Amino acid sequence: MQKYLERASSFFEIPLDMRSRVLVLLAAAMLLPSFFTPMWKMTLYSNQFPDGLLLNIYAYKLEGGKTPNQDDLKEINSLNHYIGMRPLIDDDFTEFKWIPFVFGGTILLALRVVVMGKMSKLVDLFVMFSYFGVFSLWSFYYKMYIYGHELDPMAAIKVPPFTPPMFGHQTMANFEVYTYPSTASFFMVAAPLLMTAAMWLSRKTWLAEQK
Amino acid sequence: MNFKLTHFAITVIIAIVAIGCGGEKKGRAGARSDVQEAAQKTYVAPGDLDEYYFFASGGHSGQVYIYGIPSMRHISTIPVFSPYPATGYGFDKESKEMLGGFNWGDAHHPSLSETDGDYDGRWLFISDNANNRMARIDLRDFKTKEIFGPIPNVSGNHCSSFVTENTEYVLAGSRFSIPLPRHTYEKIEDYATKYKGVIAGITVDPKSGKMSLGWEVLMPPFDYDLGDAGKGPSKEWGFWTCYNSERATGKLEVTSTQKDRDYVVAANWKEAEKAIATGKYKIIDGVKVIDPKDAPGVVFLLPAAKSPHGVDVSPDGKYIVASGKLQSITTVYNIEKILTAIEKKDFTGTEDGIPVLNYNSVKEAEVNVGLGPLHTQFDDKGFAYTSLFVESAVAKWKLGTWEVVDKVPVAYNIGHLTAAGGDTKHPYGNYLVALNKLSHGRHLSVGPSQPEASQLIDINGEKMSVLYDAFTEPEPHYAQIVKADILHPIEVYPKEENKNPKAIWDVKDARVVRNGKNVEVLMVAVRSSFEPNKIEVNKGDKVTIYITNIEQTTDELHGFGLNEYNINVVVDPGEMKIIEFIADKSGVFPYYCTNFCSALHQEMQGYLLVK
Repeated sequence: MQKYLERASSFFEIPLDMRSRVLVLLAAAMLLPSFFTPMWKMTLYSNQFPDGLLLNIYAYKLEGGKTPNQDDLKEINSLNHYIGMRPLIDDDFTEFKWIPFVFGGTILLALRVVVMGKMSKLVDLFVMFSYFGVFSLWSFYYKMYIYGHELDPMAAIKVPPFTPPMFGHQTMANFEVYTYPSTASFFMVAAPLLMTAAMWLSRKTWLAEQK
Repeated sequence: MNFKLTHFAITVIIAIVAIGCGGEKKGRAGARSDVQEAAQKTYVAPGDLDEYYFFASGGHSGQVYIYGIPSMRHISTIPVFSPYPATGYGFDKESKEMLGGFNWGDAHHPSLSETDGDYDGRWLFISDNANNRMARIDLRDFKTKEIFGPIPNVSGNHCSSFVTENTEYVLAGSRFSIPLPRHTYEKIEDYATKYKGVIAGITVDPKSGKMSLGWEVLMPPFDYDLGDAGKGPSKEWGFWTCYNSERATGKLEVTSTQKDRDYVVAANWKEAEKAIATGKYKIIDGVKVIDPKDAPGVVFLLPAAKSPHGVDVSPDGKYIVASGKLQSITTVYNIEKILTAIEKKDFTGTEDGIPVLNYNSVKEAEVNVGLGPLHTQFDDKGFAYTSLFVESAVAKWKLGTWEVVDKVPVAYNIGHLTAAGGDTKHPYGNYLVALNKLSHGRHLSVGPSQPEASQLIDINGEKMSVLYDAFTEPEPHYAQIVKADILHPIEVYPKEENKNPKAIWDVKDARVVRNGKNVEVLMVAVRSSFEPNKIEVNKGDKVTIYITNIEQTTDELHGFGLNEYNINVVVDPGEMKIIEFIADKSGVFPYYCTNFCSALHQEMQGYLLVK
């Protein structure tokens, strides 16, 4: 037991070499797209909307596809009010406040890792960020569940409670709905991978130096 | 009797009977190859779009109708001079004011605005022959925005509307000469001397399109019938045909057709502008009118074949084509010859001070087109197409060689015709529409009141071919055909554009405001409710409802019909309309959405309670 703890301690003391620091810097950069590109995309197709209604979910707002003749978000909300679903309004989502805040904090912490260069700090960053990622996915699912289950009992059209899809395809009334992660998410997923690579590289370097 | 002879006789009889009975049945022609070809050319599949807009005038129905080419389907109606409950035109405050107390107009010749002689997609102008007005339709949203007039001194605005090369002016004039100024009384026996005609140029503001009176020229009491503006070398000129140079009254079909020749009027609008600038005008009914006696060089007369109807300028602006409807020739004048004759003072007389040019000096050719030539259009291959009313046909002839190359019968009795882009510097070719006057027998019988017939003709090949019979609303006098990609209308009024303080965008702002006997209702219409859905007033109150459709999606129209108060308006997405009325009937009056909007359209209603 003692041996393992000692090994763990020495692991956490590993200094981060230049390559690792660069990778951590890149990992921080992977969070930048989320400040201006969507994280998730939902498209709803039907007979009347052969080109689909598009909903882009950003880290800080919701945006519907916009053409001079149609605002998709307004249209989705208009259609949803018939089944009693709450309208999708930015102000109702606290996520749009704390997600950008956490991303900002993560970038700062990543910079801290790059400057201070210690494995323990990198592991902290990795664990906190992964926790944040898992929590966000749960939060997203939970919101979908709430919105699809807490339907207004006075709604004109009664539908059984449902959960809109988070990933893949689902038929909702006369709509074929397709939901997938978007640009910012792909970059976001790269961050922990880069952090792992940084950890592994520095460990390798340290092991070589022990010889 | 010889058996063989009997046998032969019977065979012959059977053959004759068979041929006699086996002839074509009346009904659908089916699988003939030329019919199949025409069907392919005119069929626009579900979901596909037509290639051209066809804006047809509605004549005495007062509206403009939009059809698609090549399908010839009626797509929509733009109300201009007559109320149109389908869109609420003439029922809301703004359109009522624009109609100015009239509820009809005789919408004759539509004209698309031009820049450098080609359609630019900004406006469509159309004249009112009955109430002497000019309307402007904005092609950004396909709505009538301005009705100018009654135009002072102009009586019977028939020879209108025709735009100059850069839409500097829309031309107008008098078909029915009267004593001037309007409301003056003179005996009909003094027609030849005391009655006057007028030709006019209506100025168009290049930014806003707003119309104002530019210039007028005092003319002899002829009937100014049709016109066209020049282009290229003739771009400073406007041309009008006129009949009744006899200055006759009474039974005009006899008295005004005695002389062998009438005239084409050629007016130089740049010279008219100069005359106005140098003070060579009189004021009649508040506007500046040029008397040709005081301002030489503004207007000239070209002798034309008897009772001409239709003058058209070729795409290169060189030739002016005028047809005499009671003869069988079309005269082609050459602008260079006209300018030379004016310079050399090659005149053969005057009419009320206006020089008459020497016919033989200004004429380029006389084309033997056929009986009753009226109106000419042009294509992109140097051909001209003239409508023949009496012969019920269209003649195709070549500019330059002046030879008729083809003639096609039309059903029946064609008035005007429209070629795609046919009055621009660069006609598109491809299609021609014959605007025929009689449609009997060409459609299922609909009783004594018959529609008009417009036929789509393919003009690509050497020989013309009639592709399709369409039955257009009464009655197109002329039309404009423009390529679809020139026009870019909006389908939603953006919220940001609506600066009216009474337009509201949130259900929370809907309210009823009382100010003594005046009640103002600020109303929101959105799927699927009106807010407020209850309006309480006292009998005798003046009620004004400002209704905003807050949708921002195309095709989400909401109507507002108020039972027994004779009110119906339709509000487009992002639009606000104003309804004014006196609540003179007491009781409870439902209001409801008249234009289908959503699954719960039936539930979109409210009550007006009048105590």
